[in-house]
Amino acid sequence: MGIEQKAGDLGAVTIRLEQAVNWARTYAMWPMLFGLACCAIEMMAGQAAKHDMSRFGMELMRATPRQSDLMIISGRVTRKMAPVLRLLYDQMPDPKWVVSMGDCASCGGIFNNYAIVQGVDEIMPVDVYVAGCPPRPEALVHGILTLHEKVRGETLKTWA
Amino acid sequence: MLDQSEFAFNELRHLVSERAIKGETMLLNMGPQHPSTHGVLRLLLELDGEIVVNCFPDIGFLHTGIEKNMEAKSYEKAAVMTDRLDYLNNLGNNLVYCMAIEKLADLDVPVRAQAIRVILTELQRISSHLVWLGTHTLDLAAISVFWYTFRERELILDINEMVSGQRMMTTYFRPGGLWRDVPVEFENAVRDFIKIFPQRIKEYEAMLSENPIFIERTKDIGILKAEDAIHWGVTGPSLRATGVEHDLRKVDPYSGYEQYEFDVPTQTDGDTYARYLVRMEEMRQSLRIVQQALDKLPYGPVRSNNRKFVPPPRSELGTSMEAVIHHFKLWTDGFDMPEGSVYEATESPRGVLGVYLESDGGPKPFRVHWRTPSFDNLQILPKLAKGHLVADLVALMGTTDFVLGDIDR
Amino acid sequence: MNKELKKATSALVERYSVELREFRGQTNLIVSAENIIEVCQTLRDEFGFNFLEVETAVDYWPQQEPRFHVIYQLYSIEKHIRIGLRVHVSGVSPSMPTLVGLFANANWREREIWDMFGIRFEGHPDLRRILMPHDWQGHPLRKDYPLGYEEVQFTFNAEEIDRDKPYAEE
Repeated sequence: MGIEQKAGDLGAVTIRLEQAVNWARTYAMWPMLFGLACCAIEMMAGQAAKHDMSRFGMELMRATPRQSDLMIISGRVTRKMAPVLRLLYDQMPDPKWVVSMGDCASCGGIFNNYAIVQGVDEIMPVDVYVAGCPPRPEALVHGILTLHEKVRGETLKTWA
Repeated sequence: MLDQSEFAFNELRHLVSERAIKGETMLLNMGPQHPSTHGVLRLLLELDGEIVVNCFPDIGFLHTGIEKNMEAKSYEKAAVMTDRLDYLNNLGNNLVYCMAIEKLADLDVPVRAQAIRVILTELQRISSHLVWLGTHTLDLAAISVFWYTFRERELILDINEMVSGQRMMTTYFRPGGLWRDVPVEFENAVRDFIKIFPQRIKEYEAMLSENPIFIERTKDIGILKAEDAIHWGVTGPSLRATGVEHDLRKVDPYSGYEQYEFDVPTQTDGDTYARYLVRMEEMRQSLRIVQQALDKLPYGPVRSNNRKFVPPPRSELGTSMEAVIHHFKLWTDGFDMPEGSVYEATESPRGVLGVYLESDGGPKPFRVHWRTPSFDNLQILPKLAKGHLVADLVALMGTTDFVLGDIDR
Repeated sequence: MNKELKKATSALVERYSVELREFRGQTNLIVSAENIIEVCQTLRDEFGFNFLEVETAVDYWPQQEPRFHVIYQLYSIEKHIRIGLRVHVSGVSPSMPTLVGLFANANWREREIWDMFGIRFEGHPDLRRILMPHDWQGHPLRKDYPLGYEEVQFTFNAEEIDRDKPYAEE
């Protein structure tokens, strides 16, 4: 009873501002089409028909960083590629999130040598790490859902 | 980033034509992040309007230093890294590495292991061609084929998972044979796949082969002649589409391929449409090989008995002292290889994949070099792209079917 | 050994005094750097080895004379036979003549050998780095170049390593 009942009959609904904004952000989060190596194939399999990521809001992958919210770094990052990665991250408009998919992006993976950046968090701040070599599409979906939970917990203070 | 483009212009000044320096033609960067370069490939294009005058590939954005890293690990530990080279042909990479070790060490492989190797490698070839078909047609805007091919690929990945526990990077082939025997459900799963797959190939062909838009985007694009292909070192379906019937499984059979009957599809036009037809027919022939291998599958052990290279079964460790000594040596150091060098080559879905292995008598490889087919197949892209539109360049990148993990290693 | 291969190797041993070695059924010839272009030309024009399959190098540091061996594998598409060539290159300012005139795919392969080992190829039209970034110092596949690995974090040294690792904040 109370204002919700009355307002509901008139066709209006009350909700906190943070909840509304976070709901909008999680349910239409478009990832940037950025596949580097083997994990990219599992990301494509995650987008394909059997494990469908469109159910969770990732309808399509935008190729341009200017129109995407999420950057899924799938694959090994080399020293030659690292400046390019940072440039793409800077080109994405706020709010943006980063998911580091696979072992090579999270910590360097099995390649501990001169050519591979040991963990992409040396270059940019990461929100969710997904482990696996390569992680199953279900594991990637679990990582995305964890990110959604994190976003839903954001408050006015974190935006400012 | 600014000094990268300045550097690029200064270094490439001797390669671009006079018109670019005067400003008549435009230099455009088709960067490492692009939806239709399959992977991280950078192309510097010189454009006259929409027509490509020249293009310079810039590779190395995925260089992992695998060859140097393998020198620091023992032979069996280095086998884990081989899956990640050409990441669409994992078992094929495993196979050629194990063949090189077996040749250098003079190790025998039981017949059951050879037959199962053939079955899984051919299934891997089908899966690689399915990814090629899905992504190539995705670039040409025939997006629905992508969903269909990845649905079939899931069946093959389920077979991989049943056999080894991992969908993609299985490392199932070991020196001397296989890691372990296949489970009982393997045969039924493969037979189910053989039953449904021919109908699915017919579906793809119904969508594409007579489609006027597809034909217009692929006929007479990127014509390659046979002499040029051999001079530039091109192998695989690109070479077979020019009329040269060269398939290492037929001319130089390995791992028991001589027992199976199959054709090597060739076309004579050498354009993108011909390469598409060759790969579609290759999928059918691979299915034929899988059927024959499964019917003739012999019984027996799946790994060699040579205790110097293959660990003894755990049941023996309780009773035999030699077994304990071999187990200890193999688990701490790894096996010692005789001195010398060999070169082994197989036919991967992209062309001739070879391993040059040199050993100095120790437990770690002294030098491993991978002769990867995509490295040479990409060198010919500037030649094919001259005079075509940028949209045709996208079709050409799909049809040369390179994988950046193969090129950069 | 295959008949055709025997013809080719005996002709080369006569004309250019190359050394013949056989191991596990594979034929290898040791050629000197001055003769390599003529040997490859003879193999390509007279005996039909029209396909360059492999071109790579091996480093034998700390031995300086010769420090590098450059390895070629030539293949004949019509006759299905393969032959391997090996050239000794010294460690002091290493250089070799280029094979770009005979086989077009030697272009990128020699660029890769320059990038990874530092062996110069005389006559190459475009010798610059191909796999490493353009301003990288050093030649990675040489044996005196370190692997460059980062120490693995176990529980006893995790905090120490974490302090020195560069993490990006924003």
